Amino acid sequence: MATPVINEVPGDADAALGNDGPPNDMRKGGTGSTTGARLHGLLTRVPLWFIVLIWAIPSLGLFINSFRDRQAQNQSGWWRVVPSDLTISNYDTVLSASSTASMTDSVLNSLGIAIPATIIPIAVAAFAAYGFAWIDFKGRNWLFIATISLLAIPLQVALLPLLKLYVGGAHVTVPFTERTLTLIPDWDLQGSLTAVWLTHTGFAMPFAIFLLHNYISGLPRDIFESARIDGADHFTIFTKLVLPLSVPVLAAFAIFQFLWAWNDYLIALTMIGSNADNFPTTIRVANLSGDFGRNAFLLPSAAFIQAFIPLIVFFSLQRFFVKGLLAGSVKG
Amino acid sequence: MAQVVLKDVNKVYPNGYHAISDLNLDIADGEFLVLVGPSGCGKSTALRMVAGLEEISGGELYIGDRVVNDVHPKDRDIAMVFQNYALYPHMTVAENIGFALKLAKVPKPEIEERVRKAAAVLDLTENLDRKPGQLSGGQRQRVAMGRAIVRQPKAFLMDEPLSNLDAKLRVQMRAEIAGLQRDLGVTTLYVTHDQVEAMTMGDRVAVLKRGFLQQVDTPQNLYDKPGNVFVAGFIGSPSMNLMKATLSDSGGGIWVQFGSQNLEVSPNTVAANPSLRSFVGKDIVVGIRPEDISDAELAIEEKPNDSRLTTETTLIEALGSEVIVHFPLDAEPFAIMDAEFEGEDAVEQSKDAQGRTIYVGRFSPRSRARMGQPLTIDVDTTRMHFFDPSTGNAIRG
Repeated sequence: MATPVINEVPGDADAALGNDGPPNDMRKGGTGSTTGARLHGLLTRVPLWFIVLIWAIPSLGLFINSFRDRQAQNQSGWWRVVPSDLTISNYDTVLSASSTASMTDSVLNSLGIAIPATIIPIAVAAFAAYGFAWIDFKGRNWLFIATISLLAIPLQVALLPLLKLYVGGAHVTVPFTERTLTLIPDWDLQGSLTAVWLTHTGFAMPFAIFLLHNYISGLPRDIFESARIDGADHFTIFTKLVLPLSVPVLAAFAIFQFLWAWNDYLIALTMIGSNADNFPTTIRVANLSGDFGRNAFLLPSAAFIQAFIPLIVFFSLQRFFVKGLLAGSVKG
Repeated sequence: MAQVVLKDVNKVYPNGYHAISDLNLDIADGEFLVLVGPSGCGKSTALRMVAGLEEISGGELYIGDRVVNDVHPKDRDIAMVFQNYALYPHMTVAENIGFALKLAKVPKPEIEERVRKAAAVLDLTENLDRKPGQLSGGQRQRVAMGRAIVRQPKAFLMDEPLSNLDAKLRVQMRAEIAGLQRDLGVTTLYVTHDQVEAMTMGDRVAVLKRGFLQQVDTPQNLYDKPGNVFVAGFIGSPSMNLMKATLSDSGGGIWVQFGSQNLEVSPNTVAANPSLRSFVGKDIVVGIRPEDISDAELAIEEKPNDSRLTTETTLIEALGSEVIVHFPLDAEPFAIMDAEFEGEDAVEQSKDAQGRTIYVGRFSPRSRARMGQPLTIDVDTTRMHFFDPSTGNAIRG
């Protein structure tokens, strides 16, 4: 007997968890003849390589110049390079501890800023994002909207108030009583690395919560319900399911945030001021050229040292961008 | 293991939608009860309320002897199999199956032992170290089952667990799940929209429509004695022919008049259902199952004209073992589905060029019916179903 197979479309809201849309395979373009496909590939690849080349040329020039001394750099362009010119003296100067232009300490300072400024927002935002996505509490939507709308506050307007907070604390004088309450004591953070990563952490939070919330709220509801029946509470669900399943988005955010904190100049300059011991690489590189740019020839090598750590971070986290981590969870 | 009892259970959503109305179900210890209905009828909601994933708005839910309305899902001692399996994608099969035991702080050697046993039952032993993404649909389905059975819960709850499998695998898993449930003897509530699953798997079947329970009975009783016109139309494929008619009394017998033709109700049927007489001269709904209609040419003995209708063939679907024949009658159809369900489960009553409704008969493959040719059919008048058009309920007794 033939049974008509009725494919039920889950109409009720609770069944609407289908976030596995049609697989979008964009590469199925050239289904014509082989020559057609080859031409199609060529038309895509040639312009792409051209763009890559144009984009890479400045970096290449900088890289070559970083191995040429002051005289060579002043006399001819990097494309006139002769192998006999090449020297690593620039790197020596920049890295040597005795030099006033040393990059070594500043790399450590930058790490001391960028690592806490990456890990703390992720840790806090992941909990917050899970709460906003999967825990039902009163005022959830309003609180979420309030959090996200903080994205609109420009960093620059908060710099001076924050600096005042760090150096003086926060005090409120109660009206009509002549009494002053100290809400936040004077921590005397000016010039410290703490002031920098604390600021980065605060300003990263809205975006981190927004990004992680988008991902975590898209995880299949069935998995959480199944875990609840299996006996998991929210904390277990978070640590055993949400964190392992969110690795791609955590890695993505970590890369963005690390690069942002590493490359930041404005916050570091405001918070650290003139405390040269705590200069991160960005300030150090900017100060390197010296009066009238007489040490400008050191900039290329310093810039490459500055860029080296982010490259390591990028390539080491890149492998977590594995697609299809959710494959096999739901649907067949 | 325990009985599961729903007593006057209601579900009203915050937006005022009344999903379940006074649902009473009594699932005996070890029983396999199937909840079936068209989509949107509230069957999944009912199951989720038993699981504790959905709050109960009114009434009482017992698992064992305990009212569990406000008990957390994890403390209800139930296991649920989801439509999408809901496997944990980053864990191996063994970790998936053992997850609940691990959370319950069962000692590690015992977890391993129980996972191994469950895997052996489900034929998953070789796949224990694989991730769900590496398994086929049927294997994932088994892992989901394994997660349920390893806990030895008081009750299994299954939410359309077979709907993501292809047709062949579905038939196989249907038998496997039913067999497993029988062996384990665990009380099971199974939700499906597929009436074949309902009929083949359940000890009893409960039919739900828009949150109202229509009938609970064994599959055969449901088929033979549908309590109302909805159950009659929903159970059975092709579904029962339902037509509006009038009853008349002539020459001692009771006749069903629809359109220009009529049939005499078998005296035995009238004797068994004396209340049928009170409908004489009134409108009535007559239900005839397709298999109770046969090709008159194949009749071994000449049948009287009072069980015979003339029409013509409009469509033939030869299935090898049987032939589904479509033919028009000028009897008005009785629409069983509400407009809400149309296009989903409602079998659209098609009409021919003259506006006559198309009905369906299931003939022997020896039938010589040809498309467009005149057709004479015999109706088994002892097996006709009668319903009150005002209430939709079956006329019995």
